[in-house]
Amino acid sequence: MALLEVKNLQARVEEKDILRGLNLTVNPGEVHAIMGPNGSGKSTLSYVLAGKSDYEVTGGSATLEGEDLLELEPDERAARGLFLAFQYPIEIPGVASMTFLRTAVNAVRKKRGDEELSTPDFLRLVREKAKELNIDQNMLKRPVNVGFSGGEKKRNEILQMAMLEPKMCVLDETDSGLDIDALKIVADGVNRLRAKNRGFLVITHYQRLLDHIVPDVVHVMAKGKIVRTGGPELAHELEAKGYAAYDNAA
Amino acid sequence: MNAEVKMMRTAAEAAYADALTALPAPEAIRSLREKALRLFAEKGLPHRRVEEWKYTDLRALIREMPPLAKGADGAAIAEAKKNSVLTNIGAREITFVNGAFVAELSNLKGLEKGLSITTLADALAKDASLVTLLAKINPNKYDAVFALNTAALNEGILIEVAPGAQITQPIHVRHIVTGTSPVSVFGRAVVKVGAKAQATLVQSHVGPDTVAYQTNTVLQLSVADDAELDVVRVQAEGDKAIHLSMMIGAIGNESRFRSFALTTGGAASRHTVPFAYAGRNARATIAGATLLRGKQHADTTLEIDHAMPGGESRELYKTVLDDEANGVFQGLIIVRPDAQKTDGRMMSAALLLGDNAEMDNKPELEIFADDVQCAHGATTGALDDDLLFYLRARGIPKKEAESLLIQSFFGEAVETIENAKIRDAVMNLAGGWLAARS
Ligand SMILES: Nc1ncnc2c1ncn2[C@@H]1O[C@H](COP(=O)(O)OP(=O)(O)OP(=O)(O)O)[C@@H](O)[C@H]1O
Ligand SMILES: [Mg+2]
Repeated sequence: MALLEVKNLQARVEEKDILRGLNLTVNPGEVHAIMGPNGSGKSTLSYVLAGKSDYEVTGGSATLEGEDLLELEPDERAARGLFLAFQYPIEIPGVASMTFLRTAVNAVRKKRGDEELSTPDFLRLVREKAKELNIDQNMLKRPVNVGFSGGEKKRNEILQMAMLEPKMCVLDETDSGLDIDALKIVADGVNRLRAKNRGFLVITHYQRLLDHIVPDVVHVMAKGKIVRTGGPELAHELEAKGYAAYDNAA
Repeated sequence: MNAEVKMMRTAAEAAYADALTALPAPEAIRSLREKALRLFAEKGLPHRRVEEWKYTDLRALIREMPPLAKGADGAAIAEAKKNSVLTNIGAREITFVNGAFVAELSNLKGLEKGLSITTLADALAKDASLVTLLAKINPNKYDAVFALNTAALNEGILIEVAPGAQITQPIHVRHIVTGTSPVSVFGRAVVKVGAKAQATLVQSHVGPDTVAYQTNTVLQLSVADDAELDVVRVQAEGDKAIHLSMMIGAIGNESRFRSFALTTGGAASRHTVPFAYAGRNARATIAGATLLRGKQHADTTLEIDHAMPGGESRELYKTVLDDEANGVFQGLIIVRPDAQKTDGRMMSAALLLGDNAEMDNKPELEIFADDVQCAHGATTGALDDDLLFYLRARGIPKKEAESLLIQSFFGEAVETIENAKIRDAVMNLAGGWLAARS
């Protein structure tokens, strides 16, 4: 069975149609990349999958392991195994990073029928994952994302992903704002999570990331649709030629 | 008395006048009480056309006066014992049940050196001049709550910290109401901290749900030069209670004062804080968190009076309103001509959870000096959808995500409590409020 199956998905925000019949199938173990011009609807797709209420789904379907995603609350989608690494992670003043991580991990474990983690087990896990991602422990003493640099926020998204062990990971421009070393660290972090039962949808503007996280499939999105699908070589072609050819394709 | 009775406009006002006239007065305070009663008879309860009471119309709110509480019998004491608010903070407890001092629930033994705790009756018997202190502090302005409290003056406590004494154990003054029929309860506490001394005071107010009792408590504080006082107040009255209270403070040269108030109880409450900078370079933090639901109404009114130079004041109030609750914050900072170099910052922020909740925010500055830094702000808003979505996208269910955000909102005010044990205990009480959210 497909891990993520999106069929003829249509969505609008503030009376404006953004997704206009999008089709996409990610099988377990696959990494898909989506590239496309600014404003083509890539983040909208990620938000619609994660369940942000600003977006109104006007048609089509999206399923995770056959289960209708669109009917579920955002937290239930996360518990079922959907994870979105945000393009712009927001700051949450007053909510301690550790409290947040622990609440999230245990909420998800509870819903999946697993035991909640004990404090020592939880701390051990955070320390291990944070170290892998080169995240300073002191950063986690601050409220969620507060005072984090752009790159630190992105790494923090990957830390959350590693902690929550999702099945389907959607990464929305996780590479933008990362320096060369951080890009490598994040890519390694993602690669460590690659598994035969886990899928990735990597939204990016740059071929560079795909050198590290080598995709199985590359899609081009324009005006709310997938307009072309190919192998890793498609990313190289886009890097060379740009999106001019697709501007009117939709 | 005829003339006085004619001045009474409502049944409740007349009942107060009658009940308090009939109340036997010890010699030492008789004239003080009569004076206060005469004043009350003349001016009565404030109503919405009185500016300071615009949002909390006592005349409309108080329709009748329940009978004066008759003190604490065995059953009342047994019920009071079950009360467990802030009992785990390692404090020395002083307990009033239905307005009466209960020795059995109070610990006056082994007082630290420099600490003196006396019931008002004993203190007055020893030193009649104490009367002037009880009457003082806010003499120029009529306040119905203060007038009634003084007219009913009976039991209370005097806590004195000698100059230089460092009292490390918090002193917890508990006001507990018990029983199933409505009563009127009055209380007075006077705290004097001597020069270079230090103390921590906790005050709690609790009582039964479903009983329309009324409480009126006045706390008078004076903090001498170079002294330091922390005050934490918890108002967790029963859900039908009317709670009226004042914290009247005066702080001396180079002194340091911090106070925090958690307000979760009562059908309606009003807490007035007339606070005077009586010395130079004094610093005070006056903070609070108010958490209300249903049709609860809570009014906090601050009157911060900078009369001397170099004072610093920080006021931070966080109000969370669920359902149809109504929060009121009135904060006035006065900077008198001599109070140059005053640094005052006041912030009142409200979080509306219920569609029909309402916040009335009225911050005000009255500045008569030119070299000062003063700012005030007031905000009212709902929970941020983007923050909620972020938390929920990580698997945190809606209610839990909301709780995290609400907690972070009022947590900023709770954080001002210095004593970690008390801070945790207050956070727990607030957590209990959150957990009871439907
Ligand atoms: N909340 C919103 N309100 C109004 N318009 C929106 C909203 N969200 C998205 N849009 C619009 O939808 C379109 C698609 O936006 P989206 O963020 O999905 O694009 P994107 O492909 O992610 O672009 P980028 O590469 O710049 O990140 C844009 O025209 C954008 O202005
Ligand atoms: Mg985007």
